[in-house]
Amino acid sequence: MKYFPLIWAALGRRKPRTILTGLSIAIAFLLYGMLNAVNIAFNYGAEMSGVDRLVTTGRYSITQILPYGHAHQIRSLPGVSSVAASDWFGGYYQDQRNFFPQFAVEQEEYLGMYPEIVLPEQEKQAFFSTRTGTIVAKTLADRYHWKVGDKIPMQAGIWPLKGGSNVWTFDLVGIFDTANPKDRGQYEMMLIRHDFFDEARQFGTGTAGWYVTKLKNPSAAGTLAKLIDNTFANSPNETRTDTEKAFNQSFMKQLGDIGLIISSILGAVFFTLLFLTGNTMMQSVRERIPELAVLKTLGYTDFLVLALVLGEALLLTLISAVLGLTMATLVLPWLASQLPGLSGLTITLPTIYGALGIAVLLSFVVGLPPALRAMRLNIVDALMGH
Amino acid sequence: MSEAIVSLRGVTKNYTRGKQKIEVLQPLDLSISQGDFLALMGPSGSGKTTLLNLIGGLDQPSSGEVNVGGQRIDQLSSRALAQWRSHHVGFVFQFYNLLGVLSAEKNVELPLLLTSLSKAQRAKHVATALEIVGLADRAKHKPSELSGGQAQRVAIARALVADPTLLVCDEPTGDLDRKTADEILGLLQTLNREHGKTIVMVTHDPKAAEYATHQLHMDKGSLIEQSANT
Repeated sequence: MKYFPLIWAALGRRKPRTILTGLSIAIAFLLYGMLNAVNIAFNYGAEMSGVDRLVTTGRYSITQILPYGHAHQIRSLPGVSSVAASDWFGGYYQDQRNFFPQFAVEQEEYLGMYPEIVLPEQEKQAFFSTRTGTIVAKTLADRYHWKVGDKIPMQAGIWPLKGGSNVWTFDLVGIFDTANPKDRGQYEMMLIRHDFFDEARQFGTGTAGWYVTKLKNPSAAGTLAKLIDNTFANSPNETRTDTEKAFNQSFMKQLGDIGLIISSILGAVFFTLLFLTGNTMMQSVRERIPELAVLKTLGYTDFLVLALVLGEALLLTLISAVLGLTMATLVLPWLASQLPGLSGLTITLPTIYGALGIAVLLSFVVGLPPALRAMRLNIVDALMGH
Repeated sequence: MSEAIVSLRGVTKNYTRGKQKIEVLQPLDLSISQGDFLALMGPSGSGKTTLLNLIGGLDQPSSGEVNVGGQRIDQLSSRALAQWRSHHVGFVFQFYNLLGVLSAEKNVELPLLLTSLSKAQRAKHVATALEIVGLADRAKHKPSELSGGQAQRVAIARALVADPTLLVCDEPTGDLDRKTADEILGLLQTLNREHGKTIVMVTHDPKAAEYATHQLHMDKGSLIEQSANT
């Protein structure tokens, strides 16, 4: 610690350069924090999926619709507790930018198998008894200032009404939250009734996008998934049944391998940063050769000089990393408001540890070449300005 | 005659520039007594600074022995030599060579960071050194806020602060006006006379050399004349 003032003072030698370099590093860590939070939020959806729920879709694609009769057949299979037909509504509120997930579901079955969705009993009953009713997540209600009793016009993206209109109007009868606040991002959605949706839509009547099946015994998931698919094998509407977790992961993969995309972006950012910071450190040491020679003259060993230069790089990257993560923490709430379904964006402890690890590695990689140069400095030559 | 604190025997120094071998110091013997204030004089390229660097442990001879304070330093490793310098030698340069980002007191403290002294002890030593050079009131100033003479006093305080066996000064007044140079030389003389510091100083300036107790003249890498000031 007694060398800290020396290291700190060296960083302050050319303040504008240090600040600009520090900001570049901080921006990289801001990106790291934000992208990691997005990645974690994406994966969290799959991680927290229920182990006692199966999802049955068309065998070849999630867009392949299934006849409603499938629901009755699945219900009759042993080990099935309940089945809920579901459809992707795919509309938006007022403006295309106001997009969020909307699902048409068999309301009683669906809410019965998702105890993590919590809403007052009175509102739940209102949903069950109002065909044009809808319930929305609290985060959405807060964002769009909706309250129970409002009429919400939704512009359809896929399903027009029988009359040809694309504007569906729903009655907001309930606002739900999640049992665990951490799950809010995952359940940031609007639920409408499948019976009303099915009856009012222009085409696709008597079908569902997928079926969610609640199991009596979660350990029978594999067996029952096979049983369901075997039931519809060789029919015109073959199915593919997965656990909800596998289904969610597969759904995410349709968007692309988020982890790979994020790693690639961050890899490019930090690789560029290596050159920028490395060049700055080299320049800084080059300018201070006489000063470093003086330290060696005074008795600072080669190793100590190496450690001082490395310490400088470490201090700069660590401060910048902390600054970047702090900025990410401040920016994430805004980012979450722009990315529906990801309202739970946060900087987690593993992200912080990862950032610190990267900062240490970065400082070592960019600090080592100039530090070695400083270490190998010949005092006599350096004092003579060679 | 006092005991020799510096003793060189058969010391040579050669450099190689490309294919050319340059003999900077011819085989040379030298003895400096404890408490001496020696002025090394001679024309440019005569080998004064090279000799000073060997005595101060900044460089190693091509051959011969260098003993300082009873220790043979020409055989020490780079690390051991650095540690030896921190304990036994204080350096004063022509251009002060202070660290511009540090205040006067932090510059003076630099050699003490290598010791096991506590922060309070270091502060006390620094204050004493700055007081000896008459700059106690400039402790918080950065080198850019000091005059040339003041900066050189800070450099002398830095050289003194660890109480070294030997002070080596390379043209300490080369960058100063006459009046300031006399003040600095007077300070070095006081350190020699009142504090018993052994000083080896390289200078071109005959007036500066008059402050020393002995003068030693070099030319073409050899000692050509030694005289005592009266």
